[in-house]
Amino acid sequence: MTHTLTPTAELATDTEDVARLLTPDGQRISDPELDRWVQDVDAATLQSLYRDMVLVRRVDTEGVALQRQGQLGLWAPCQGQEGVQVGTARAFRSDDFVFPSYREIGVNFVRGAKPADFVLAWRGEEHSTYNPYDINTATPQIIIGAQSLHAVGYAMGIQRDGTDQVAAAYFGDGASSQGDVNEAMVFASSFRSPVVFVCTNNQWAISEPVTVQAKFPIAGRAPGFGIPSMRVDGNDVLACLAAMRWALDNARKGNGPAFIEAVTYRMGPHTTSDDPTRYRDKDEVERWKGRDPLARVEALLRAEGSFSDEFAAQVAADADDLGAQVRAAALGATSREPIGVLDHVYAEPHSGLDEQRAWFGAYLDGFASTDEEAGR
Amino acid sequence: MTQLTMAKAINEGLRRAMADDPKVLVMGEDIGKLGGVFRITDGLLDQFGAQRVVDTPLAEAGIMGAAVGLAFRGYRPVVEIQFDGFVYPAFDQIVCQVAKLHYRTRGNVTMPITIRIPWAGGVGAAEHHSESPEAYFVHTSGLRVVAVSNPQDAYIMLRQAIASNDPVVYFEPKKLYHTKGDVDLDADLADAPPMGLARVAREGTDVTLLTYGSQVLTAMDAATAAEDDGVSIEVIDLRSISPVDYRTVTASVRKTGRVVVTHEAAREAGVGAELIASVTERCFNYLEAPPQRVTGHDIPYPPAKLEKHHLPDLDRILDAVDRVMDRPNSLTGHEEWGQPEAGRGAAVREGLL
Repeated sequence: MTHTLTPTAELATDTEDVARLLTPDGQRISDPELDRWVQDVDAATLQSLYRDMVLVRRVDTEGVALQRQGQLGLWAPCQGQEGVQVGTARAFRSDDFVFPSYREIGVNFVRGAKPADFVLAWRGEEHSTYNPYDINTATPQIIIGAQSLHAVGYAMGIQRDGTDQVAAAYFGDGASSQGDVNEAMVFASSFRSPVVFVCTNNQWAISEPVTVQAKFPIAGRAPGFGIPSMRVDGNDVLACLAAMRWALDNARKGNGPAFIEAVTYRMGPHTTSDDPTRYRDKDEVERWKGRDPLARVEALLRAEGSFSDEFAAQVAADADDLGAQVRAAALGATSREPIGVLDHVYAEPHSGLDEQRAWFGAYLDGFASTDEEAGR
Repeated sequence: MTQLTMAKAINEGLRRAMADDPKVLVMGEDIGKLGGVFRITDGLLDQFGAQRVVDTPLAEAGIMGAAVGLAFRGYRPVVEIQFDGFVYPAFDQIVCQVAKLHYRTRGNVTMPITIRIPWAGGVGAAEHHSESPEAYFVHTSGLRVVAVSNPQDAYIMLRQAIASNDPVVYFEPKKLYHTKGDVDLDADLADAPPMGLARVAREGTDVTLLTYGSQVLTAMDAATAAEDDGVSIEVIDLRSISPVDYRTVTASVRKTGRVVVTHEAAREAGVGAELIASVTERCFNYLEAPPQRVTGHDIPYPPAKLEKHHLPDLDRILDAVDRVMDRPNSLTGHEEWGQPEAGRGAAVREGLL
């Protein structure tokens, strides 16, 4: 080992220097590290990966539409990231525990989130609609990178319980600059905890290009913490599945954490409140349209004769059905009773808040009796 | 009953909680072999092993975030923040995660985390080692905040904090680590006064003196001194500063009609401000005099050689007692200053107010 470690090139923006199993035009290529992890993937599995991605894209499209129609306060689109989200999430066991960020719509879909779970938080009805223990997936995290530490702590618990489960954290290229993420890697490495970090490098943190966060590939940081890492094509669902299987297997065997940088692209705005035309090139977006994660699987399935009209029609019908369910969940949502705003602050009685609740209840009741007197 | 220092009482509280519940683990910097810089975790590594007594990397956000994950997994982490002034890197995890996860998940995820903070000044320490950050946590919904003043409370309230399904910030005054007191090590939590109850440390009839932590001892000294002067002070050790036991507080203020609050922390938007606002709302018609605060100055914590001029001592408390008793005091002849410790005096002199 030399005594001076110097980045050999400015690789942070090199989106081609990635491990890959499917080329953008749908050629199945070989990768010496990844191949062994997807040998069982047959046409039916590829079809189901494709179907998941189509359904996730449909949830996303529906979310954007619902926001534009005023049914949701905000939406954080995941278009373009279906490959990394579905591919990595499909590698989990159901008893693994996942800590997603707010954009991991595809991860939550694979984990078993219900239609309402995608929209009620963005509608402002609840911070979390599902019980994290029902799908072993934490409430999507909004504080950038904070969940990486939660995954490590959860993994420390797994170690103490002596099971072979794995915890995982999803975060983005922007989060890679956060102290929490770096501290999480120190802790995970120090304790050799069974945790997988998935860094979805979608090239943009709102308006900041990844080069503001990193002058060297983000995956290159992990080895410095003592964590093996892999840089994969995040638009290649098969490579993402393979990489995640490698990382999970590594953790399950007691070898500690692993890190995956999935190189992808945020095709939409940061959220529906954002205007990416102010900071990025149309040409760049066009280039990435040519690397669509769904199109390349479709091309491969077609080439293999596994993309029949019946299959395509069924997937489209399933997507429409899910989209309708998501829409119905948003339109049919009901808000909690006003007094419910005070629910669940504490697990046990709290004299201060209990007193406020008593007062607020009486205050609300005052309107009810006024309404009665007025004959309303 | 056993005579123990507060440090030993906290140590015994941890030991007992860990023995009672295998899900309890302690984590922090230097808490293993060293037993913590204050030796609070002394002997725990030998007794419970490295899986439950965890020396962590030097990263407070990391410690707190990992504790959140452990709580997700069903553990009851007891986190040691090495010094009061070191808690700020963990502030985001405490405020955004520890305090909010129960609310965020509609009660599905509990955060039974105890955050132990060696706390406050008067020990001649270096910068950042003597701070009183309690108001930040009191202001944060979802947390409970307690501050102990004697070995028995330290022992029982730590066990209660660890047993609580809510996150508890547990302030332990460094200045009192080596003070001794009787501790009932066999005490049953079911028989102990709840963590949220205040304690009337000394009964009195003229003035209610509200305080917590090491300032309880100064308040007791002030009450003794005032007695010689014919003033009867009721000292209330709040113990819990979030929530505050206003039942006990208001009963006292309605009896005495006069209230003084003292704490080491700075005055502006401090716990004293909240206490006086709440007492005034509840007891306005019983008050004989404007409530008074005796606090640290509104300054960064000063160098150790100067801390005696910062910390509210017995004489400053008695001066405030004289104010509520309408006796000659430091404001006499300077009534236009209002509260000298609020720094208005200079502004008045300069004609700015």
